[in-house]
Amino acid sequence: MASLKELKGRINSVKSTQKITKAKQMVAAAKLRKAQAAAEAARPYAQRLAGVMASLATRVGGQDNAPRLLAGTGADQRHLLVVANSDKGLAGAFNSNIVRAALAKARALEAEGKSVAFYLIGRKGRPVIRRAYPNQISAQFDTTEVREPGFAEAERIADELVAMYEAGRFDTAHLFYSRFRSALVQEPTGQQIIPVPPPTTAPADTGAVVEYEPGEEEILEALLPRYLKTQLFGALLENMASEQGASMTAMDNATRNAGDLIGKLTIQYNRSRQAAITTELIEIIAGAEAL
Amino acid sequence: MALHFELVTPARLVRSEEVHMVVVPGTEGEFGVLEGHAPFMSTIRDGNVQVYRTAGAAPETIAVRGGFAEVGAGGLTLLAEHVED
Repeated sequence: MASLKELKGRINSVKSTQKITKAKQMVAAAKLRKAQAAAEAARPYAQRLAGVMASLATRVGGQDNAPRLLAGTGADQRHLLVVANSDKGLAGAFNSNIVRAALAKARALEAEGKSVAFYLIGRKGRPVIRRAYPNQISAQFDTTEVREPGFAEAERIADELVAMYEAGRFDTAHLFYSRFRSALVQEPTGQQIIPVPPPTTAPADTGAVVEYEPGEEEILEALLPRYLKTQLFGALLENMASEQGASMTAMDNATRNAGDLIGKLTIQYNRSRQAAITTELIEIIAGAEAL
Repeated sequence: MALHFELVTPARLVRSEEVHMVVVPGTEGEFGVLEGHAPFMSTIRDGNVQVYRTAGAAPETIAVRGGFAEVGAGGLTLLAEHVED
């Protein structure tokens, strides 16, 4: 049986832990609202770009001279897995879910005899992936100095990826991130980003003849890297919102667990205090009777 | 006689309003868009977009970098990567 002093110490330590988790929960809630607003604000651009992409890709896509970012290198041997993680923990299974999805895909690809490399965004996924595939991390994008990944980061990542693609370092790239469903549900998602998959939404045929300046191919060529940037940007925003959502849920649970633990420890504390008092009384009474 | 003009960046919707005319710095030269312009699409070079709220009014200039312009039935949509206004 722990002494009264020890119990008191433990209660206090759990109480301060609870304060920390509660603070983190509130911070995550505030950041979540902001991240959701950012994701909302980015939607119009992405939608319009996807619309333009769809109408152009259906026109030019089938031709032989389609840009390489759309048509692919013709091979399907070397795969690059772009894994977007966060830099901070305290977000439950957020990071490990993304990494698990990426590793599952890597194993599936290797089973098919393809070669796999990783491109990591953020800090948290690195140790796990390095343990599983020690020599296959080709590059890492550091986001530790930026507080909120924005379009500038998406731009730099996209430029790096396109440069690697042009240099022939991979044939296909997949992006792994966590799609934000709600504060409670985040879905680890993997999608192909290079070659750019043709948008699934069929363009509304207005029947009007659209004039292109300079030409359709040139516009598509200028558009594809932009589309890639937008997709990465969208993924970063979703990731951000998911991270805060996961963090909020995890910290809520932690706060509640701490509360339960404090309750249990307090009962134990009161019981042993009562027991000590009773023992003392018995001793006094026994002493008085002996006189 | 109003043209619906939208200026969108990846981060937000900058403008969405009815204007008289917009002059866009296209890659192959500037072009003005009025209401009822034929469907048209062009990449833009870094430069200033001039927005005329009414005919003859002094234009409002917005600096844009990288992107393209699309003219359709719904008006003019300008997708720019960076906007300084």
